Amino acid sequence: MKNTISIFKRELSGYFATPVAYVFIAVFLFLAGLFTFNLGSFYERGQADLRPFFQFLPWLFLFLIPAISMRLWAEERKQGTIELLFTLPITMWQAVLGKFFAAWAFAVLALALTFPMWLTVNYLGTPDNGVIAASYIGGALLGGGFLAVGSFVSSITKNQVIAFVVSVVVCFLFMLTALPPVMSMLSGWMPAAMLDAVAGISFWAHFEAITKGVIDIRDGVFFASLIVFFLFANALVLDIKKAS
Amino acid sequence: MDTLIEITNLSKHFGSLTAVDGISFSVRRGEVLGFLGPNGAGKSTTMKMVTGFLTPSGGEMKVCGHNVLEETIQAQKRIGYLPEGAPLYPDMTPEGLFAFVAQIRGLYGAEQADRIADVVEKVHVANVLRQPIETLSKGYKRRVGLALAILHDPEVLVLDEPTDGLDPNQKAEVRSLIQQMASEKAILLSTHILEEVEAVCTRAIIIDRGKIVVDGTPEELEARSRFHNTVRLSLSNAPGGVVERLRSITGVASVEEKVHSNGNHGFRVIPKGGENLVASVSECIRENGWKLDELSVERGRLDDVFRMMTKSDVETTDVVQPVNAASGSQTSDEKEEVPA
Repeated sequence: MKNTISIFKRELSGYFATPVAYVFIAVFLFLAGLFTFNLGSFYERGQADLRPFFQFLPWLFLFLIPAISMRLWAEERKQGTIELLFTLPITMWQAVLGKFFAAWAFAVLALALTFPMWLTVNYLGTPDNGVIAASYIGGALLGGGFLAVGSFVSSITKNQVIAFVVSVVVCFLFMLTALPPVMSMLSGWMPAAMLDAVAGISFWAHFEAITKGVIDIRDGVFFASLIVFFLFANALVLDIKKAS
Repeated sequence: MDTLIEITNLSKHFGSLTAVDGISFSVRRGEVLGFLGPNGAGKSTTMKMVTGFLTPSGGEMKVCGHNVLEETIQAQKRIGYLPEGAPLYPDMTPEGLFAFVAQIRGLYGAEQADRIADVVEKVHVANVLRQPIETLSKGYKRRVGLALAILHDPEVLVLDEPTDGLDPNQKAEVRSLIQQMASEKAILLSTHILEEVEAVCTRAIIIDRGKIVVDGTPEELEARSRFHNTVRLSLSNAPGGVVERLRSITGVASVEEKVHSNGNHGFRVIPKGGENLVASVSECIRENGWKLDELSVERGRLDDVFRMMTKSDVETTDVVQPVNAASGSQTSDEKEEVPA
């Protein structure tokens, strides 16, 4: 636990040691605003809620989260610092969790910095703050899911560009499965049970469900098990690379 | 003396390539074991396995009695490791990195501050503590890496080319630091520089293509040299036939002649099988009435032994790694003055 916290702290301060963190947050906030106010017709809708923002959030995360996760392990391997890290008396899990939680904390921080939008809707009207809170939690879980995928992909390669592209594609596939075009395409030949399973692994569907204001335990379990699964795969890859 | 590192039949395969091929050795407290060999001979791979970074394909490793494979954390707690090239987090400052590693090593508060102050002084990095590591010179990076290795005052030190990239003064400093620590620790260090072996190692292993080819003290290694006990003499007058007379001494393999810039004639009398020829050579000089200017005996050259023992690599063309280790050796001609 102590070691996980030490790694967490080192990683998190690492984000702010270079301009990367600030550039990332600035880009995230700018795009979030752009999507919400321009493309999402925030004012024209005349409703005091943050639906336009949370509708675009998955797309924003799809590109920005892999940008955080791509360096997690690829950079360690490229710099050779993975040798420094793994010859310290720490376990694989302490390293994997420390890094993952640091990246997640950073993503949640970026998400939290969109709070002026929440202030704005509260100033303009009387939104359902419960729904907004649930949506933020959903956003954090979605970010965690993307990060776990990205962390896993990053452990496979030492090339950050490859890690980024592959993470985007994998996350995209996970989003895509429940979207109407895919569903209608698959429904023609796939048995209903399988169709449900495919729809069931969609990030989008679970995120969407949470943003409606209902935090169903199943959605929570979905994201939690997804994160655990990919972090487990992540540790497994690191272990295999140790022996190869 | 207790054995702190014990390696038995260690091997490592990368696909079809055998990097380490069943090597065994041990290092006791107070010993400094020099690990020599051409690039790609398996030195770094061995060190990576001993420190728990790589999993071996076979064999057993014990560090301070802890099996490295089963009790990795326990073993790693007792090891200080400087990896090849001293990789460090480029965005961090030495200060930040010291604090991070100290925490992981279980050092907190005043103890942490004391230990950090101690190693900072030992490796002389006080003036760059708050500079990002990526802006540091190679020498500073290496010293920061060395500081990390000795931060928790470990019983076992594994140093992969600790003086690589340092200037001669820094090299001397690092060597004296190793010598200071040597009595309480077991130190395994790899190097390309043969003079380093003579300077700091109590024992040396030459490893070639994953196998140990020589294991002995630096003196024993030198004794294997073709030039061991070569008698070097310089004559201020050189009548003809000196070479022939010297060659006729029993036990002489060959004689080399060289005219020095001061007009003296230098000769090197190379013995067969390392025989000691000082007595018979000086007798020959006396009998012939040559005017002797200087007489010395060579202990042998490590680089010569190194080249002889690792020749397999040079002759074959299918080897991936170039053998620039031998050409980069800097063994000085060790001389021992012997009264004539």
